[in-house]
Amino acid sequence: MDFWDRLFAALPAVEERSFLESFYGKFYRAWFEEDRWLSYLEGLSTTVKVTIFALAIGVLLGVLVAMIRTAHDQQQIGKGNPLLCLLNGICKLYVTVIRGTPMMVQLMIMGFVIFKSSRNFTMVGALTLGINSGAYVAEIIRGGLMSLDPGQMEAGRSLGLSYLDTMRFIVIPQAFKSILPALGNEFIVLLKDTSLISIIAGREMVYWARAIIGKTYEPMFPYVITALIYLIMVLGLSWLQSKLERRLRASDRD
Amino acid sequence: MIEIKNLSKSFGDQLVLDNISEHIYPGEKVVIIGSSGSGKSTFLRCMNLLETPTKGSIIFDGSIITDPKMNIDLLRRKMGMVFQNFNLFPNMTVRKNITLAPVQTKLMCQEEADAEAIRLLQRVGLEEKADAYPAQLSGGQKQRIAIVRALAMKPKLMLFDEPTSALDPEMVGEVLEVMKQLAEEGMTMVVVTHEMGFAREVGSRILFMDEGHVVEQNAPEALFAKPRSDRLRSFLEKIL
Repeated sequence: MDFWDRLFAALPAVEERSFLESFYGKFYRAWFEEDRWLSYLEGLSTTVKVTIFALAIGVLLGVLVAMIRTAHDQQQIGKGNPLLCLLNGICKLYVTVIRGTPMMVQLMIMGFVIFKSSRNFTMVGALTLGINSGAYVAEIIRGGLMSLDPGQMEAGRSLGLSYLDTMRFIVIPQAFKSILPALGNEFIVLLKDTSLISIIAGREMVYWARAIIGKTYEPMFPYVITALIYLIMVLGLSWLQSKLERRLRASDRD
Repeated sequence: MIEIKNLSKSFGDQLVLDNISEHIYPGEKVVIIGSSGSGKSTFLRCMNLLETPTKGSIIFDGSIITDPKMNIDLLRRKMGMVFQNFNLFPNMTVRKNITLAPVQTKLMCQEEADAEAIRLLQRVGLEEKADAYPAQLSGGQKQRIAIVRALAMKPKLMLFDEPTSALDPEMVGEVLEVMKQLAEEGMTMVVVTHEMGFAREVGSRILFMDEGHVVEQNAPEALFAKPRSDRLRSFLEKIL
């Protein structure tokens, strides 16, 4: 009897509570209670670190793969260098496998199969993201290098500059300008994809959001807060990108 | 200066140059004419290995440049090339366009190269454009700067691949004027062109190419006045 009494006594109270009050209550539990906002910040710092680490690996791998693939494709026919052909084959396989399989499956294979004994889930996640991003960055860079007028390479070479010097001073600076929008886009995708490493227990923002939900059983605010933090970061990146683009357009004035 | 022996070039199974042998001597101004698709541009581009010959050898300045072991970069420094589409580097100022190669190849230091650039720009009347970007120039100005860029490497041989074909008619003259000047100074030149007036006036020898062969060659007056082959006759009828 005691139990039912108490339940009936509680019911009107629930009905009377205004919508705003319960809204704030949920937010309070998702943000202030037990200093939970610190968890988001911890997740955020992991997200940023993972993004930077993955970006570094991605750009490094991407540039390397793109250079090998482009150098291979620009070889004179019949004068193929066997080492370059082998490297090109490896690069093609890498790009095919990475682009042909879902990010999430790659994470699971890396986290639960290849590095199953590693406890540093966050680093495994960052490494996987970097390797994944490298394949896309490589294709973006290769596209930029190939789309440049071949006359630019010919002009550089006909002046007696070496292939690498021509690449360095003439081709790459121009290609960089044209691939910047696609590259910026890839970086934004990478930033958002860091959320996936929570499935292998990487401790970034989504991981912490889910941990909070596990305590409060209220999914709305933790997820909305996480989404807002991502949105703000992406807006910042877009702003940086457009600023850089404007600066590189200096030589187009006429 | 440059000797071409039994040069053949094919793209896939299409034979573009068929067993051409030619000797170009120092100081000569060789003009190559012919209808489009006759192989004249490919022939010119083979001379600095922008196209790799399928067969045959090319000897330039005493070295066999078709030898795979040859460092082609070193030989290209002695050969200037001017393209139909200028191919200036749009990401650099005119000054940088001119000085990049001499400085990077250690031919000159930056100060020497800058001084040389200004001297050459003065010669073509464009010294005030040194800090402009290519996008700010007219076609004729671009091509004159492309010539200056090639000259900055102090080449022994200049190759011109239809240098006036992409220009508006009123700008052709200024470019040809620079080329005439260069010819008068004794530069060895190989010029692929459709400008018959220039060929007649400047050329010391004219090669007429058709279907991958040098069909006929002669001094300009003789070639234009008395074409021996039917193909040259019909070509000249169409363009003159």
